[in-house]
Amino acid sequence: MSTETKEEDQSAAPPKLEAVEEVVVRFAGDSGDGMQLTGTQFTSTSALVGNDLATLPEFPAEIRAPQGTLAGVSAFQVRIADYDIHTPGDAPDCLVAMNPAALKKSIGDLKQNGVLIVNTDEFHDRNLKKAGYEENPLEDGSLAAYRVTPAEITTMTHRALEELDLDSKAKNRSRNMFALGMVYYLFNRPLETTIGWLEQKFAKRPKIAEANVKVLKAGWNFCEITDQFQVRYEVEPASLEPGVYRNIMGNSALSIGLVAASRRSGLPLFLGSYPITPASDILHELAAYKTFGVSTFQAEDEIAAVAAAIGAAFGGALAVTSTSGPGLALKSEAINLAIMTELPLVICNVQRGGPSTGLPTMTEQSDLLQAMFGRNGESPLPVIAASSPADCFDTAIEASRVAVKYMVPVILLSDGYIANGSEPWRLPQVEDLPDLRTEFRTDPEGFEPYLRDEQTLARPWAIPGTPGLEHRIGGLEKENITGDVSYDPANHQLMTDLRAEKVARIADEIPPIQVDGPAEGRLLVLGWGSTKGAITGGSQQARREGLEVSFAHLRYLNPFPSDLGDLLDRFEHVLIPEMNMGQLATLLRARYLVDVISMTKVQGKPFFRSEILARIREILGAEDVH
Amino acid sequence: MSTELPVLTKKDFQSDQEVRWCPGCGDYAILSCVQTVFPKLGIPKEKFVVVSGIGCSSRFPYYMETYGFHGIHGRAPAIATGLKASRPDLEVWIATGDGDAMSIGGNHLIHTLRRNMDVKILMFNNRIYGLTKGQYSPTSELGKVTKSTPVGSVDYPFNPLSLALGAGATFVARGVDIMQPHLRDILERAHAHTGSAFIEVYQNCNIFNDKAFEHMVAKQVRSEQTVEVLHGEPLVFGKEKDKGIRLNGTALEVIRFADGFGPDDCLVWDEADPNPALAFMMAQLGPPDFPTPIGVMRNVALPSYDHGLVHQIEEQIKEKGAGTLEELIYSGELWSVDQSGQVVRGRA
Repeated sequence: MSTETKEEDQSAAPPKLEAVEEVVVRFAGDSGDGMQLTGTQFTSTSALVGNDLATLPEFPAEIRAPQGTLAGVSAFQVRIADYDIHTPGDAPDCLVAMNPAALKKSIGDLKQNGVLIVNTDEFHDRNLKKAGYEENPLEDGSLAAYRVTPAEITTMTHRALEELDLDSKAKNRSRNMFALGMVYYLFNRPLETTIGWLEQKFAKRPKIAEANVKVLKAGWNFCEITDQFQVRYEVEPASLEPGVYRNIMGNSALSIGLVAASRRSGLPLFLGSYPITPASDILHELAAYKTFGVSTFQAEDEIAAVAAAIGAAFGGALAVTSTSGPGLALKSEAINLAIMTELPLVICNVQRGGPSTGLPTMTEQSDLLQAMFGRNGESPLPVIAASSPADCFDTAIEASRVAVKYMVPVILLSDGYIANGSEPWRLPQVEDLPDLRTEFRTDPEGFEPYLRDEQTLARPWAIPGTPGLEHRIGGLEKENITGDVSYDPANHQLMTDLRAEKVARIADEIPPIQVDGPAEGRLLVLGWGSTKGAITGGSQQARREGLEVSFAHLRYLNPFPSDLGDLLDRFEHVLIPEMNMGQLATLLRARYLVDVISMTKVQGKPFFRSEILARIREILGAEDVH
Repeated sequence: MSTELPVLTKKDFQSDQEVRWCPGCGDYAILSCVQTVFPKLGIPKEKFVVVSGIGCSSRFPYYMETYGFHGIHGRAPAIATGLKASRPDLEVWIATGDGDAMSIGGNHLIHTLRRNMDVKILMFNNRIYGLTKGQYSPTSELGKVTKSTPVGSVDYPFNPLSLALGAGATFVARGVDIMQPHLRDILERAHAHTGSAFIEVYQNCNIFNDKAFEHMVAKQVRSEQTVEVLHGEPLVFGKEKDKGIRLNGTALEVIRFADGFGPDDCLVWDEADPNPALAFMMAQLGPPDFPTPIGVMRNVALPSYDHGLVHQIEEQIKEKGAGTLEELIYSGELWSVDQSGQVVRGRA
């Protein structure tokens, strides 16, 4: 809201309605306060208003952390804008804090002069103590930098529901709707979307629906009647490309992408998986897609999950395993089996903070080198990364396409940030999706298990049940063409070269790198994976400040696009921001002997646009350009 | 085209690969037995898949002229599970050993059994690690002196049958490499069973653990030292069929017919007993006080995992109709932006 504002001619009644380009709202409360749902509703409503948006949930690792504690705070941040945005925002303009712990955890992020809505009913001694406050922050002047709107949300919720025959606990549960009503008023959003959703969701429990609707309206009315805000804000619709949209989280997009790949290839989808944060939703979602012929197997461990997928691949399925970093480590031996047997397999790694158990619910991009090298022997495989929630859909299709075409396991990297974050997804036409049809070998004439396609070097996919093609594969080195076990030194060299060459040849299919900005110059910001939004936002801002900066993003980490070396050479400086300690930078230096500038962050949180911007300014010697 | 199956013979299942087990290894007999049984099962050759892990026994698939997958150490049940779950039309067999199945792959073994995956597990038990050249295995007897236990092992062995029964296996049997007709019968019955079949095969490793089972299965002692478990038959053994096993209170005991007992006093074996308690007790028997039971200890009918998986998919499609990609992508809360930038709810 710090961006330029145009004042509406609304002299009639206070408060005035101010148009702003964008706002960032964070809903924070106890795990049981329904903050994820509240944020999701604000998101849906804003989507239907026509805003561009991006969301970022933040929830504790503990399932039921003690009530009122810092560990139990659950938050949902959403950024809405009247233009094309790429991240859920750096700092909130408006914070809703349902208790002292939520306030304590988020207040440091709130912008100066930002709007702070607090449920004062929860600011009693016990809760203050649990949050570690010695004085009540609502009374000690420590919030003077913000526009505080105190509201007895619990009390007013109960008052609104006096007439309804519900117990106190049930009434408490609709408190979040009061807060949502207040925020809807502040940003002049229509209530209809949420009312419709509530009526549908609680169709079988009309009393609950009624209570929530009542409280939602009460929140709005409270603000309107008591003039809570001096200014209200409005974000106009963004000029989104024409089309049909839905809001999508990365794990959902990835799951739907896998089903799409299955349909477009004509191969049944088989997922072998073991629950692990933040990848479990892929298992949940695909398990629900039975009418699409999807088989999901919740295995006894990570190794069984990938091994089962390999078995399914041998049988002719589009085989997938989904996991996060620690699980990928467990799967490494089996992934090598897929490399050796040259079977198609998609390994989805939704990265999280490491090492070891690390930060399960927090994001990081620190498995790149594990994906590249975390296996015994010379074992290259394609590695591709999704760059945004919606991009997970396309990346899943691409990973499947490459796996099947080249008969190779592919690692798809996502991370907790885009897996749980959401953005509007412009829905594709089904007929525009890539055609992944593939043919199994059926002709016994001249069949050899490792006879290769001249172009792709892929071996034939000959599935059990095909008469005359009985053959054996396995983890021992195979003689090229015949597939017989071979310990021959020259053959091992040949097969090692072939396995590498097969992956390298994929580069011929990678489209040229899209550079945003001049194709040469002083500074290129190059990223991969989920940093795309922050890089785009930060670079665009730098350009608005008159700085000469270009940016580009890599989907393929292995093989690198064939024009990458040239691109790096055309810039004086290359900045590589990544949420690890410099893994892509290491790969680029090794491969191209270019001393890229590594920008790293491992704080469990995505980059802010402002951080990228600051680094760009610094490199271009433009600290004073503001 | 004729729909009749071609007549298959043992030769059809012999691959062109040179068999490279040590001369005199018990594995040869097991291979021969499987190659004899497969052609008799009435299944087209291309439907067979033999999956293995790592170890001497796991070279098995290379010698079978079927589809085969030589996997990684311990993971054969998991590979076979994915294959069978996605391709229930296939006849999937696993060749594994005591180290592969019960040590590095123990987790996969028990979960495959508890799920009742329709795969047949042939576990070659030689009570030693052969391929890594002679370390003790999880079935080696206490005090086993090997390269890795020069003054004797101090850990207690698994009883494979007990482990399988404890995991809820629906078909549990024990055979012996040198008892071919008996083993063939078990293999045929394993095939006929729906769901997991666990078959422990006593297999002699003549290099690292020679004569491990000699005191039980050598021809001259076999009738005294083993008891053949037969469904519906009393547990009688001995060269002269003059001994038996009865249930006395909560314990099994050997009775001698010379002492006035007869076959009617012996426990009549019920392999289909849903309660595995007696099978577990039987599995515990062995020297020095008891004969070693061989044959099918348990054979109960339960739907298999792969059946359940396919059934759920079929039922969901029957109930809700087959999903289309179009409806999957265009689901949830949609909004449309038209050419003029107007936003409307739903799909315009």
